[in-house]
Amino acid sequence: MNSDAPSSSSGPAGSADSTAPRRNSKRPKYSKFTQQELPACKPILTPGWVIASFLLVSVIFIPIGVVSLLASKDVVEIIDRYDYECIPQESRNDKVKYIQNSTDNDCTRRLTVKKDMDHPIYVYYQLDNFYQNHRRYVKSRSDQQLKDKKDKNEISSCKPEDDANGKPIVPCGLIAWSMFNDTYSFSRSNQSLKINKKGISWKSDREHKFGKDVFPENFQNGSYIGGAKLDSSIPLSKQEDLIVWMRTAALPTFRKLYGKIEVDLKKGEVIDVLLKNNYNTYSFNGKKKLVLSTTSWLGGKNNFIGIAYLTVGGLCFLLVMAFSVIYVVKPRRLGDPSYLSWNMNPGGRLTS
Amino acid sequence: MARRKLMARLRRSNWYTFSHIHRADHHQPAQEDNIDFGYPRTIYCNQIYESHSHHKRPSISCANDISTTKYTVATFLPRALYEQFNRVANIYFLIAAVLSTTPYGPFSPFSAIAPLAFVVGLSMTKELVEDWRRFLQDRKVNMRDADVHIGGGFFGIKPWKDVMVGDVIKVQKDQFFPADLLLLSSVYDDGMCYVETMNLDGETNLKAKRALEATMGLVEDGYFTDFKDAIIRCEESNSSLYTFVGNIEYDGKLYNLDPNQILLRDSKLRNTEYVYGVVIYTGHETKVMQNSTKSPSKRSRIEKQMDKVIYILFTLLVLVSAVSSIRFGYMTKSYIPDWWYLKTPDKDHLYDPDHPVTSAVYHLITALILYGYLIPISLYISIELVKVLQASFINKDMNMYDCQTQTPAQARTSNLNEELGQVDTILSDKTGTLTCNQMDFLKCSIAGIAYGTRASEVELAASKKMAKDLDGQEPDFMSLKNSKSNEVELECVITSNGNENYETAAPIKGFSFEDIRLMNGNWSKEKNADIHLLFFRILAVCHTAIPEVNEETGALTYEAESPDEGSFLVAAREFGFEYFKRTQASIFVREMEPSTGETIEREFKLLNLLDFTSKRKRMSVIVRDEEGRIFLLCKGADTIIFDRLSEEGRMFEESTTKHLHDYGDAGLRTLVFAYRKLEEADFKAWNDEFMKAKNNMSNNRDETLERLSDEMEKNLILVGATAVEDKLQQGVPKCIDRLAQAGLKIWVLTGDKMETAINIGFSCSLLRQGMQQICITTTDYDTVQGIKSDIMMQIANGTKMINAEKDPHAAFALIIDGKTLTYALEDEVKHQFLHLAVLCASVICCRVSPKQKALVTRLVKEGTGKTTLAIGDGANDVGMIQEADIGVGISGVEGMQAVMSSDFAIAQFRFLERLLVVHGHWCYKRIAQMICYFFYKNIAFGLTIFYYEACTGFSGSSIYDDWYMILYNVAVTSLPVISLGVFEQDVSSEICLQFPALYQQGPQNLFFGWYRIIGWMCNGVYASLTIFFLNIIAFTYDPFRSDGQTTDMSIVGAGMFTTIVCAVNVQIALALSHFTWIQHILILGSIKVWFIFLIIYGSMPPEYSHSVFHVFVDALAPSPIFWIIGTLVVVACNFPYFVHMAFQRSFRPMDHHVIQEMMYYKKHDRPMWKRERRKGRKQAKFGFTARVDAKIRQLKNKLQRKPSNLALRSLEHVCAVPSVTKSIP
Repeated sequence: MNSDAPSSSSGPAGSADSTAPRRNSKRPKYSKFTQQELPACKPILTPGWVIASFLLVSVIFIPIGVVSLLASKDVVEIIDRYDYECIPQESRNDKVKYIQNSTDNDCTRRLTVKKDMDHPIYVYYQLDNFYQNHRRYVKSRSDQQLKDKKDKNEISSCKPEDDANGKPIVPCGLIAWSMFNDTYSFSRSNQSLKINKKGISWKSDREHKFGKDVFPENFQNGSYIGGAKLDSSIPLSKQEDLIVWMRTAALPTFRKLYGKIEVDLKKGEVIDVLLKNNYNTYSFNGKKKLVLSTTSWLGGKNNFIGIAYLTVGGLCFLLVMAFSVIYVVKPRRLGDPSYLSWNMNPGGRLTS
Repeated sequence: MARRKLMARLRRSNWYTFSHIHRADHHQPAQEDNIDFGYPRTIYCNQIYESHSHHKRPSISCANDISTTKYTVATFLPRALYEQFNRVANIYFLIAAVLSTTPYGPFSPFSAIAPLAFVVGLSMTKELVEDWRRFLQDRKVNMRDADVHIGGGFFGIKPWKDVMVGDVIKVQKDQFFPADLLLLSSVYDDGMCYVETMNLDGETNLKAKRALEATMGLVEDGYFTDFKDAIIRCEESNSSLYTFVGNIEYDGKLYNLDPNQILLRDSKLRNTEYVYGVVIYTGHETKVMQNSTKSPSKRSRIEKQMDKVIYILFTLLVLVSAVSSIRFGYMTKSYIPDWWYLKTPDKDHLYDPDHPVTSAVYHLITALILYGYLIPISLYISIELVKVLQASFINKDMNMYDCQTQTPAQARTSNLNEELGQVDTILSDKTGTLTCNQMDFLKCSIAGIAYGTRASEVELAASKKMAKDLDGQEPDFMSLKNSKSNEVELECVITSNGNENYETAAPIKGFSFEDIRLMNGNWSKEKNADIHLLFFRILAVCHTAIPEVNEETGALTYEAESPDEGSFLVAAREFGFEYFKRTQASIFVREMEPSTGETIEREFKLLNLLDFTSKRKRMSVIVRDEEGRIFLLCKGADTIIFDRLSEEGRMFEESTTKHLHDYGDAGLRTLVFAYRKLEEADFKAWNDEFMKAKNNMSNNRDETLERLSDEMEKNLILVGATAVEDKLQQGVPKCIDRLAQAGLKIWVLTGDKMETAINIGFSCSLLRQGMQQICITTTDYDTVQGIKSDIMMQIANGTKMINAEKDPHAAFALIIDGKTLTYALEDEVKHQFLHLAVLCASVICCRVSPKQKALVTRLVKEGTGKTTLAIGDGANDVGMIQEADIGVGISGVEGMQAVMSSDFAIAQFRFLERLLVVHGHWCYKRIAQMICYFFYKNIAFGLTIFYYEACTGFSGSSIYDDWYMILYNVAVTSLPVISLGVFEQDVSSEICLQFPALYQQGPQNLFFGWYRIIGWMCNGVYASLTIFFLNIIAFTYDPFRSDGQTTDMSIVGAGMFTTIVCAVNVQIALALSHFTWIQHILILGSIKVWFIFLIIYGSMPPEYSHSVFHVFVDALAPSPIFWIIGTLVVVACNFPYFVHMAFQRSFRPMDHHVIQEMMYYKKHDRPMWKRERRKGRKQAKFGFTARVDAKIRQLKNKLQRKPSNLALRSLEHVCAVPSVTKSIP
């Protein structure tokens, strides 16, 4: 930097300015906006507000917590893990081989109803350790193809399950290919219980995402068969199991709706489940569970929300107490000037 | 014309010298052996280039157009892009955008490129607009008219840019030189011309230039027909303003050239009708352009710290990505082969269990892009946007608009707004910044009687303030204050009289004197009228100024060497002694005869003139009046004159001394007048000797002259003294006072003399009585080492003195001059010097060069590590302005050099208070909070992506739709934070001004310290955890509504994102303390925008909306659990912040908290409010309030020390009649 010889980054410009006629319009115009004087609400966090807001939160949260817990308590759930039990004793050493080779995979499970269950009773299958959310898996589908017959060849996103012997697979992709194929049938006192498989999928999916005139083609025709096969005479919009399956779960443990039982079950009743154990979760040590559950207005059995609400509400209530005590025992007068920094440490900050 | 010739001769005459004119040496034809043909540049003068010229065009031609633009049409794109991607964050995002087009990108390329293109595009548009403005400005300059010789003795108008090297140019009075010229001739016979170089060096006085004798004769247009054979050989263009080497070959002879013949571009021709010159350097080769340095781009402290935080985030990003990739590699190897539903391996390397390392490396790319949301891409652009808006508020602030010059404040760069809130030291120029550079004749003392009733500004301000301050004192101090108020109120009465008249008197520039006893010839009725007469004659005669008659109005103006002299002449005129003419040998004065009222022209023969120098500190003229008497009239500094008085001349010494003391106290500049009557013979003898000495060119000539002058200026008789007010700029003392209360330190760096500087120090309350002044000066030592060790000694003594001081109220002032500073700024000394300077309340550096100003600034900046602000108005302040962290230029005056290099321009020094205390404070807090919040919100969001990754086997899939990602930074969280950055006010502007101490929150960096940043980051981490886990646990595998459906990725993603948007927007609502409709709209609007987007996006056909299709309408909205979880997350996320705030408010409220509360309850408790305002500013050690406080303390001490009956009685007396004392004002 050479300041001996004063620099002038754009000197001529400056001198031009000084000779330019001055206009009166340079005066800034007054407006509340430009002068930063807009009317404003300036809330101050006074003790009253602190206590009031904590109190408000606790007053709202605690009842909600209680209600949620009650709702969750009303839900009756029967969970039966069958992946291990349904492998014959002799095959348990090599479960993968069994599931891949065996043709007769029937298995019977017996469930006892512990509490009265009002209909509808939802039947779910639950898979563990199954990464439906894996990037490779999630991306491997073609929404166009599912919706529209014309777009049969839109399979570029479906790799590695896009075509079989050069022909496009409908529905393509890993998701469809690996569809769950265990089946359940229920009977109560040797009298079969009807499972309603209609309406288990989202209505919007059936009507808008899966075409009414799109039929499965070349599905599971490849060398390596994944999961369920589809009836190629039924349009995709009616293949509700597929529609449910195609909604990829967010977590590696997930439940999917299998069907609904439209009758009430009484406490103590015994339900026999005849299931076909087809689906290979053994390769990746996934568990398989069958779940029968009623729902409340809040959904399934979930105590967490209630507990969380009670915790936050309770904490707020504690804070109400704490702050009340503080304000009573050691009150700070609002706007007490002795808390100003120049009063706190006289002669301090400014001169330091 | 005849008159002009006369003037010209006059100016040449040998007695008339501006002290800086060095008479040009006689230009003899250069000796043959001295000719150096090695000059690299040869200029053929006055070649009129026809289309088929025989002459070769000089190869050195450089066009005279200048360009200060950063870009050209061709370079804009590459250079602007380069600038943009010079930012680390942008490079990262660019790489991310490129990589996102590969199969490894976790999102669609669009979602990575769109925000980047938006951000970069916006910044580049900003650059383009700024550069366009520069281009227009350049063009204006380039198209200015120049009068160029076009052949045949005719001159024609050409634009500046077409001026070529070798052209002959005619420049008229008050025009700028279009290029560097060699002066050929001027309208005056002696080839003199006067040049104002304010744009170059900031000096307002005129400089004389003189043409060579050989070319002097070319005084008319026609002469240039034949002027063709001149060849100039000179050095290549360089940046040194004061050197030039070259010669000119003319008429077959060689003449040497020196800087005296060079007229530099951007200086202005003054007092000379016209000149002719040959262009020697053009355009960017001119010295002024060679001197132009690109103003350094400054970055604020906050931004530098922000960079560090960004690096921390980068580290976090890399760390998180590395964790992901390692885990991914491990999973690819150990687990993925078993996951048959993925159908691995295939050709794709990404999931190849045989090459897990390769997979991991590829995955790293994915991860780095995926977690990129940890780094807020919109941060830079948001900050830029916010700063531009803040700057526009500064520009539009009506309280910083100067009506007189019609100049609003101007934030020239918006980079440094928040830096304004962190200033620790202000380095100020004096002339033009603190003072107007205008002297007002205010008071005088003649023959021991003081005249002049009007109070100086300092006195006025003082009395006003004292009276005001005493109103709201605490009761227990009441007695004390009252005892003091007697004095104060007395002053008030006196000064208020002056105040009333103030408006009525027609202002005469340089003359504010008011006393009926002297005006209109009334002086003749005073006692000692003869002395009065002498006094006025000294005023009118003892000077070096020349009068100029305005040809239209006939009014006289004076071209004086210093503004003091100008004011004296104006005063003399007003008293009836109008100096109107000067010839070589005489000074003519029109005197009004008091008895008759007639005007008589008197001639004073000028026999000799003894110049003013800073060493002599006096000036004398020896004149012979019309009656033939010879007088020596002398004016000078009081100490000097008093030493030279004769015994009989000390008649009025005592009273004059007292008056001088009073004037000094009032912040006035004083000079003492004296005379001596000489006998003809004595004078003759002395004069002969003096003339002999003058013509003797021996070595001791100066000493002899000095001795002789000294001999003559002896046995003087005191006449009186003058007091001139160096007019402070409006509101300067008050502003300094406030800045002092805000805890700022003020250093004054001035080119002025020490006395002047100290005077000004007093008048603007930087100094006060009772403040101990530590003066560091050089005494003449032979060796540099000697001088240095002497200075070291002085510094050490000063430091010792300060350290030994026990009284907490004691204040010290450091005063140092430029010469001493040269040594003090050297490496060994400078740290001790700085150490001492920091301990002092005020620092005044006098006689400093522009370079030293910059060096001092650098010393403070680097030595203390704190933010410095330099303020100045002239080109000599440019170095300092560029060097300081913030440069402020005073605009609205002529010469825009300082403004052009500054970061902020204000019209008056007093606006600095508002600029710092209001805008600085606000901007600092706004930007600090804004950046913290930005980090918070991006951590809160970015980490949820990471957590989710852990649930997907680190495969790189995201739970959020690509559009959510784009919107997060651009739409749904950006506007509220911008409103925070633009509109937030912790307290209103009035309160900022009333409690300047609040400003200290900035320099102490309470809002952007590491605790704060880390606190906000932790808050972000906490929020991310809360958001993620509450959502995930609630939305796990259970049916989430009564019709039994379970969730999927899109539902959880939309739900989670909704809670994030709500939580961070509620968080900012909690962080704000100032809600106008804008904040309401933006915060609520952001949340609404999100929901609206979700509905609209969800209703689009599934080909476009994919998994988001109907997600809100069908799945989320009808589900109570979604709303319940949403509420829970929002409350839980903001819970710790709220608790923290509640506890902080209860136990450790910050100043602005308490003041907000006080403001709220103000109506009920006015006295307390006032008391606190006073207390808040008590700590300052200089400034007006400190002065008053010191006085109060002094009085208090007096009372305590002497609890004598007298004091007690006076106390009682005062207490008994409080009503009386109160009623006086």
